[in-house]
Amino acid sequence: MEVIFLLIGFSLVVALIFLGLFFWAVRTGQFDDSYTPSVRMLFDEKRTSKTNQSNKNQDA
Amino acid sequence: MLSSDIVIPDQLCYHCGESCSDTSHSYDDKHFCCNGCQVAYKILKEGDLCTYYELDRNAGVSLKKLKRREKFDYLEDQEVIHKISDFADDKHLSINLYIPGIHCASCVWLLENLSVLDEGVLKSQVNFLRRELDLLIDIRSSSLRSVVELLTTIGYQPEIRFEKLDRTDTPINKDRSLWLKMGVAGFAFGNIMLFSFPDYLNNSENSLGIEFRLIFGALNILLALPVLLYSSQDYLRSAIAAIRQGGINLDVPISIGIAALFGRSLYEILSGTGAGYMDSFTGLIFFLLIGKMIEKKTFDRLSFDRDYRSYLPIAVNRITESGQEQSVSIDKLSPGLTIRLRNQELVPCDCILESEEACMDYSFITGESEPVQVVRGDLIYAGGRISGKSALLRTSREVENSYLTRLWDNKAFSAPDKEKVITSFADRISPIFTYTVLAIALTSGIWWLQSGMEQALSVFTAVLIIACPCALALSTPFTLGSTLNIFSLNGLFIRNSKLIESMANTDTIVFDKTGTLTSPDQIQVEYHGTAPDPVISSLLKGALSESVHPLSRSVAEYLKHIKPAKSEHYNEFPGRGIQIESENHIILAGNSELIKSTWPFLKITEEGSPVSGSVVHVAVDQQYLGYFEIRKGLRTGLNALIVSLKDLFRLYLLSGDNSAQAPYYEPYFGKDHIQFRQSPEDKLNFIQSLQNSDKHVMMVGDGLNDAGALKQSNFGIALSDDISSFSPACDAIIEGSALSSLNRFIDFSKTSMKIILFSFFLSLLYNITGLSFAVTGQLSPLVAAILMPLSSVSVMVFTFVTTRFFAKKMGLKIWK
Repeated sequence: MEVIFLLIGFSLVVALIFLGLFFWAVRTGQFDDSYTPSVRMLFDEKRTSKTNQSNKNQDA
Repeated sequence: MLSSDIVIPDQLCYHCGESCSDTSHSYDDKHFCCNGCQVAYKILKEGDLCTYYELDRNAGVSLKKLKRREKFDYLEDQEVIHKISDFADDKHLSINLYIPGIHCASCVWLLENLSVLDEGVLKSQVNFLRRELDLLIDIRSSSLRSVVELLTTIGYQPEIRFEKLDRTDTPINKDRSLWLKMGVAGFAFGNIMLFSFPDYLNNSENSLGIEFRLIFGALNILLALPVLLYSSQDYLRSAIAAIRQGGINLDVPISIGIAALFGRSLYEILSGTGAGYMDSFTGLIFFLLIGKMIEKKTFDRLSFDRDYRSYLPIAVNRITESGQEQSVSIDKLSPGLTIRLRNQELVPCDCILESEEACMDYSFITGESEPVQVVRGDLIYAGGRISGKSALLRTSREVENSYLTRLWDNKAFSAPDKEKVITSFADRISPIFTYTVLAIALTSGIWWLQSGMEQALSVFTAVLIIACPCALALSTPFTLGSTLNIFSLNGLFIRNSKLIESMANTDTIVFDKTGTLTSPDQIQVEYHGTAPDPVISSLLKGALSESVHPLSRSVAEYLKHIKPAKSEHYNEFPGRGIQIESENHIILAGNSELIKSTWPFLKITEEGSPVSGSVVHVAVDQQYLGYFEIRKGLRTGLNALIVSLKDLFRLYLLSGDNSAQAPYYEPYFGKDHIQFRQSPEDKLNFIQSLQNSDKHVMMVGDGLNDAGALKQSNFGIALSDDISSFSPACDAIIEGSALSSLNRFIDFSKTSMKIILFSFFLSLLYNITGLSFAVTGQLSPLVAAILMPLSSVSVMVFTFVTTRFFAKKMGLKIWK
């Protein structure tokens, strides 16, 4: 049964990691704007990266 | 009606979706309403950014409505750049721009792809709700000015206002600590629940070893400590502050509960007499913080505290000695400079007119709806808007000493913040509640003294724990939070949920007329007289659409189905009208003075009822045809609104205008309740006199001229047709289209007060149930752990469901 102490310790460490991640997320401003990312994720990334590349090629 | 032989089919502008009245702008087989939209399309096409139009059809911002294209010379001024940017060195520049034009997903997409159009943009990120764009610019390959000009060309002109120059510190004090406090409380709550769970299942001593109890107890204390020291500090501090000032707010009984919960648990765990109530304690804090979070919900994109500085532009065009125009930021304006202002531009400081004459629109400052004619040498007050031709002005005062600024220094603006004065219902009953709980706790403690000191203390703390008004504290923020949400879905944005109570208490409503009851868009044009033939009307339309005078615009809009024709000679006499000369005709359109001065023999008629609006007379080839009557009409739905409000509230109408339209409003308000020619101070004093006779006044207004009255009233609503544009300091902002539901809004605010009352009873029921456990000495940690979250959650659900139920019943929108 002593193994349970170890498991409790592990579970707490895991939970603390998540708490730390939450702190990081809040501090880096991820909770400041809760709307725009939901719009942004729907954009098709491909087209812009292609144009970016073609622009760069032209410059070169 | 005018005959309309040549009717153009409606075409939608590919860029902005407005109907195009002429077909002269087309490119790529696509129609555009104006040159601006076409240019914007071309730029996007060249940058291969046409996905913009696929995301949302006709996504563009109409460039026709763009009043003027500002000059951005001042963005080269290092001092200005330094003041308005967040960070700048010799390589990079980071700035946050407010762009009112952001309105859909396409905007986000385009603005975040700005680097395709300008290589110098390293990062562009949009905050949609705040309508803000964060830019990082490489100033070696681009400049702030060129980026801003690019944004303007594609329809996203940033609004850079004077207040930015005045900024002393960067306002990035985004309050994130509440999130962190909630995170800590939630983390501790979850873990302590898990550790306490085995204990709940087994009551007998032998199933859980003593070492488990020890370790769980130690962990519980360790987890609960940060909750006490960090997460709950707002409540403890507020309670201590209240007691020091000799008052009791709702945070006092909460803090007593917190102290009792934590102290009792600590004692039980350390003495080994029980498992403690750490799960209830952390859960309580967690739920309370959720409530606080909801209470703090604000409308970031709206600004309720704007003053004159956010009204003024950041720069104006000044004429240098060499005669060139150069833009200069207005904090550098000194008396004696010559500046040029164009149509719709604001006068930043008191000036003297140098041009021959000019038309000034003071409607925002004074509430007068008609533009005023000024001539050379006249004093022009800051805050006026040039209407019509551009004008040269000589500055006579600094911005700080101008009329607009002095208006703002009025006493009403130094009045204490209303929010701080308001005591909520919950705060008012707190003293009674606290004393009652303490009395019950003491009585039952003394009663149990016969069974020993320990038992007495145990019952005493149990009562304090169970009576902790958690549900009580939650019912107000949750109900008001829901109400706030429902209001915002329906077009009413309230600054702070606490103000809803103030709205519910309204018994007197004061309306402003110009811009509030009447709408600049609701213009009724009627033609009286002989109808001109199609050729004349085409010529008239062509000339009128060239003019920028508001009356010409209204008539041109009335003639929208007529194809405009270009005339060879076209003359505009400012403030009087226009003269058109074509091959066969001479047409005059304007006031009677213009017609009389040209053809003095003509008889001008204004038949029928007395004209209540403005008039544009039309005469052709020495013959008088008739006149257009232009009347600013009530907003749609307002007749019904006022009729329904009339029986329930005392209604008043204040107007900066003259009394010409009095007969029109008397049936609605009654003769004694209408006041004309009101200055901003008069309005403020009027509200004050109503309040002195114990009236709870709601003021509905729009311009700066109402700012004092809005601030003085118990609940000031600023009306705005474009909610992201300027509105004076107020408690709430209402969309123009939502004003007709004002009666329902007031009803609903009263309903939500009743809902709070009911949820108070609900939470009192829980308290009484819990107390019966507590005073009989049977409160086990398990009962507390079930009862406390249950009461919180059921109050949340109750308020959520009932507010939406009643909102729906009243016909308010409850979903997006």
